[in-house]
Amino acid sequence: MKKENFLWSAVKTGLIFGAIAIFLCFLGMVEVFSKRDVVEKILTLGQFVLLATMVSAGLVASRRTSSLLEKNTPVSNLVAGLVAGLLTGLVLALLVVIGAQINLRAVFLNASPTLYKLLTFDKGVGNVWILPTIGVVAGLIGAAYLLLPQILSRPITRSIFFVIFMALFSGLFRVIMINQGAGMSRAAKYIFGQTGVTSPGALIFFFGVILITIFWDFRGKAIQSGIASLPKGGQLSLRVIAIIVIVLIILLLPLASGPFIAQVIVTVALFVLMGLGLNITLGFAGLLDLGFVAFYAIGAYTVGLLTSYGPFGLQHIPFWVAVPIAVLVSMGAVFMLGLPVLGIRGDYLAIATLGFGEIVRLLAGSDFLAPFFGGPQGIIGIQKPCLGLLEPFVKVDVPRICNGIELGKPQDIYYIAVASALLIAFAAWRLRESRLGRAWMSIREDEDVAEALGVNLIQTKLLAYMLGAAMAGLGGAIFATLIGSIFATSMQLLVSINVVSLIIVGGMGSIPGVIVGAIALIGLPELLREISEFRYLLYGMTLIIMMITKPEGLWPSQATRRELHHAEVEAGVKV
Amino acid sequence: MKRLFTLISLLVLASMVLAACGPSAAPAYECTDALGCVTIAPAEPVHIAYWGVLSGADASLGEDSKRGVEIAIDDMGGKVLDHDILLTTEDGGCTPEGGATAAAKLASDTSLVGLIGSSCSDETVGGIAAITNAGLTTISPSNTRPVLTSPDRGPDYAGYARTAHSDAFQGKAVAEFAYNFLKVTKAATLHDGSAYAQALQQVFADEFVKLGGTIVAQEAVAKDATDMKPVLTTIAAAGPELFYYPVFVAVGGFVTAQIRDVAGLEDVKIIGSDGIFTADLLKGGGANTKGMYLSSPDFSAFTGDYAGFIAKHKAKYGGSTLSTFHAHAYDATNILFAALEKVAVVEADGTIYVPRTALREAIFATKDFKGVTGTLSCSPSGDCGAPVIAVYEIMDSDPASWDPTSATAPNPKKIYP
Amino acid sequence: MRTSIGERLLDLAVSGVLWGFRILLVAGILIGTIATVRAGKYTSEQWIDFVVFGISQGSIYALIALGYTMVYGILRMINFAHGDIFMTGAFAGYFLATWLNGTGFIDNNPVLGLVIPILFAMIVAGGIAMLVERIAYRPLRGAPRLVPLISAIGASFFLEYAFRGFFGPGVYAYPPIKALEGEWNILGIAVLKVQVVVAIAAFIMMAILYYIVMFTKVGKAMRAVSESKDTAALMGIDVNRIIVSTFALGAAMAGAAGVLYSLIYRQVGFFMGFTPGIKAFTAAVLGGIGNIPGAMVGGLVLGIFESVGPSLFLEGLGIPRPYQLKDAIAFTMLVMILLFRPSGILGERITTKKA
Repeated sequence: MKKENFLWSAVKTGLIFGAIAIFLCFLGMVEVFSKRDVVEKILTLGQFVLLATMVSAGLVASRRTSSLLEKNTPVSNLVAGLVAGLLTGLVLALLVVIGAQINLRAVFLNASPTLYKLLTFDKGVGNVWILPTIGVVAGLIGAAYLLLPQILSRPITRSIFFVIFMALFSGLFRVIMINQGAGMSRAAKYIFGQTGVTSPGALIFFFGVILITIFWDFRGKAIQSGIASLPKGGQLSLRVIAIIVIVLIILLLPLASGPFIAQVIVTVALFVLMGLGLNITLGFAGLLDLGFVAFYAIGAYTVGLLTSYGPFGLQHIPFWVAVPIAVLVSMGAVFMLGLPVLGIRGDYLAIATLGFGEIVRLLAGSDFLAPFFGGPQGIIGIQKPCLGLLEPFVKVDVPRICNGIELGKPQDIYYIAVASALLIAFAAWRLRESRLGRAWMSIREDEDVAEALGVNLIQTKLLAYMLGAAMAGLGGAIFATLIGSIFATSMQLLVSINVVSLIIVGGMGSIPGVIVGAIALIGLPELLREISEFRYLLYGMTLIIMMITKPEGLWPSQATRRELHHAEVEAGVKV
Repeated sequence: MKRLFTLISLLVLASMVLAACGPSAAPAYECTDALGCVTIAPAEPVHIAYWGVLSGADASLGEDSKRGVEIAIDDMGGKVLDHDILLTTEDGGCTPEGGATAAAKLASDTSLVGLIGSSCSDETVGGIAAITNAGLTTISPSNTRPVLTSPDRGPDYAGYARTAHSDAFQGKAVAEFAYNFLKVTKAATLHDGSAYAQALQQVFADEFVKLGGTIVAQEAVAKDATDMKPVLTTIAAAGPELFYYPVFVAVGGFVTAQIRDVAGLEDVKIIGSDGIFTADLLKGGGANTKGMYLSSPDFSAFTGDYAGFIAKHKAKYGGSTLSTFHAHAYDATNILFAALEKVAVVEADGTIYVPRTALREAIFATKDFKGVTGTLSCSPSGDCGAPVIAVYEIMDSDPASWDPTSATAPNPKKIYP
Repeated sequence: MRTSIGERLLDLAVSGVLWGFRILLVAGILIGTIATVRAGKYTSEQWIDFVVFGISQGSIYALIALGYTMVYGILRMINFAHGDIFMTGAFAGYFLATWLNGTGFIDNNPVLGLVIPILFAMIVAGGIAMLVERIAYRPLRGAPRLVPLISAIGASFFLEYAFRGFFGPGVYAYPPIKALEGEWNILGIAVLKVQVVVAIAAFIMMAILYYIVMFTKVGKAMRAVSESKDTAALMGIDVNRIIVSTFALGAAMAGAAGVLYSLIYRQVGFFMGFTPGIKAFTAAVLGGIGNIPGAMVGGLVLGIFESVGPSLFLEGLGIPRPYQLKDAIAFTMLVMILLFRPSGILGERITTKKA
């Protein structure tokens, strides 16, 4: 009887993955990705995606078989994988066959002849049997993978992921390496092609990672215990060396990589700043603020208005003076935006703050307040920071001359941004350990109990808001200087949502988590601009998958991890 | 898994940093240019890039210009100075931050010789500083914001020129059309919160008043607004004879679709500008687009071989042109290549050195260049366009009939001057 | 009793700011209204036009708001993806209507030509919502509040950009129904046929939903589950099935709203659900979240205020281009309600009405 079950389950799995494959085709992902290579001239990213779907079908079918049969029969697993892969391929083939008859393009834009050509390797409908064949092989591989011992499967997985990683970022690495000089340039062209890694490059990466993984598996523990058994002095000096290396890399990175990576890192650093701020408001004190971008906007506009040499500049003061003022103004804005909502709790707070954030954006860009804030034309001509003294202001639209080093390029702002982010991270860390931090956490757990224990709700909440606003204001100030102009359209709800997402994905209440979250949700999509068509799609998918598999975040604080898994256990794992 | 990745990434980064300290090969040609030179090895392509709005509701605007660039490359045989031409693209998203990020990415690529772009003025405002500071020069085929090429535009714009007209001309032309040709004296305007629309409708308003007309209403909506009837009712209450809304496709479609349903506006004359000079307007606006006027660069005033360009466009892409600035992009690309050919230093083995300042100066020194859009000369502040604006009338609201350059059944059809 | 002076001052400050908001708001509305009425720029016909626009827009908000309110009532979760479910319904209706239009069906049978796309949209939207619930929400039932919220945000992005991938970033023109073009003269007021039909259709749907929730067994079960999941389970109700039904029902309403929306605004695009989603959510809160008649009332109030507000208050206050701030009016209303009457116009859950 069981035998029927596992085959049937394999069939179902195959059909589901077939649907997924068709979904990817209709999205246009397969077509767009086909322009990018994984290994140049051998495997395109589009082909890889389809292959991965089929292999996954085999894998999932195999896993289901194992859990259904409760005993280890490799043959059944392989058969299940075969069946699942076959079905996935069949479904795809069906798409091609149907597509040749009916014009699916009237509904789904991407069900185009180009797609069919890709699916049949350019040989026409008659060649459609290729797909199920590949499916069978892929399914078998997927199933076999599950049967491999961990010692083999883990390195292989890592190598494959690493090769894909290198292929996705190949354009970036290539440009960076070429900029370093002739030697690096030759090396770059050897391993990175224009659209992916070259065949030699792929082999180097693949086997390189396998070797490293095997090495670590065998010698890793030994090394670790070796380090642990060092005398304290030795351990300390190792740590110091590590820190020095990291600091060096941080300092020299913009020189090596040029303005684009510097700009991306600055953007990440700004989101880290905002994330740290929201981490205090939301992560420590539990106040869900979806209008956080308002403080960012206030900081940006303050700096803009104070330093701009354009028609809207009020005072034309230097950057270093304007930034503290911007931070103070953001904190002051809490009295308008935070004070009224102090009594609101939970989800209602989220909506109320969302409303405030949108109101600020609409007012800033309106014609009504245009004489003050520039309206749709925005504020342009923001003076760059100057390490030295500025010449006095001459007239409108003429920048002040800097008697010293002008920090105009993204590479320069990079240092300001990274330094600020590290400073604030340190401050946030100290705050969390302080009495105030503990007061915040008590409010987050249960407001009424906290009040009963003597915590002044209003004061504490206000402080949480103010510190969060200060950090967001600082971020906005740096952003204004980076771009040199501000438009109200940059202050969208999307920014607030991004910040909330990144601290939750990184790990709420955890400071390293904020950094990891920012890199994952902001940095990666910026770097992968070629995949930008599907950026938000993958972003959405990542959010869902993260919440289901790892709700405590990528780098959670200890408390959150305990909390979330405790709740899981309580609620029962599956409803 | 995490640790392994961090380890490997750190190794890669470290090697890059160390390499930065390594010696680099000395070039045979001594580059004395203040901004440096681009070195192109014998087997490498000449790399130029197009940056503009390639996604979103306004994608057709950017795509249209990009095609102009591609046709120009085809006409050069895909080669310049005996090297292949490589064209890459960056999407600016029609926002300042999008422009800034696209520009930063382009500025990092030291193999780039020159840029064509951006599409939207907002993108340029965000990104031009990075481009200028990297020594690159960009020629925009479709930015129309007046301040971008004004004489006191600031040093950030040293690397910026454009073959498109300034809206100072377009607003004036529309005002003259309204007052002299349509003979209306009361006009209302609407903008959608974009810098382009707000500036353009203001130029129109000022010029119209100078001619002797009155502006009875100037309204605005948010870019994502869909319900236009309340604002249209407010405009109707002011009793205009002409309604000018130089907006982008999203708002333009909604306004056109809803305007005839509002009491008082059933007969008002409607006119838009190049932001909605695309078949997408017919899709969004529906039957009401028939009889609507649109201002745009005058295709029939192009002194060059525009018909030939259109033929090439039809052959390469099928279908008609998407928007207004394809020919301007074609000219911009050719200006870039002409300047390149003038200043490039070519060694015997085929290596090319392109001094950046010399290239920039050569572009700005372009004089009497015979382009498709006219005989172009660049001013010191980057105005290379030959601005002749015409007004077109939409003859048929079916999006499939969109073909402004057709000889037999142009839709829209030029009616002024 | 050891309240320090600092704490007293803070309390004062809070009340001060709150009172300041109240006064500013009331004063602003009064002054603006008086000034506008005195300026006499609009005829009474035009005022009625404003209100009619508001009602038709508001009824669409109301339909979408129903889904939000029902899901919140049962799961205490803000379903961020609901606006995008609305969008999927619009697309489904669009494709079917275009196909029908091609065969001339719609011209010959205007009533069916309206109803069939709506039904199709409801089915598709319901189906997609059930899928989203199964994949993105069900595994997170017991998790703390923020986790399903983020998952919902992820689902929202996913739906938007999946549809962008399928159908492109451009907009599609919904085929107009010839029978609905033009105006009717109701009580001497000229109203667009489309608007009347949309409003009536919306009301019919809301009535049907109200009936289902109040008078059928499923509805009773829904109310029971929203009052207390555990007790309902103890009473033998299949909580899972009820939750899924709630999602499906709310989504069906949103799908229908999608078709109605397209009838009026004629454009269908992948991002069309974002703003209506937020507005509808505002409407739900306005009316009292968890409360079905509240969602309807909230939707209508929001629609009317958005339509009438800029010309009534803002213009009078001398604000140029008042329609730019239309959304600001909506959000100000939202904030005011949350500050001063968080239970909404009609108060919180329907279950407060004990049988």
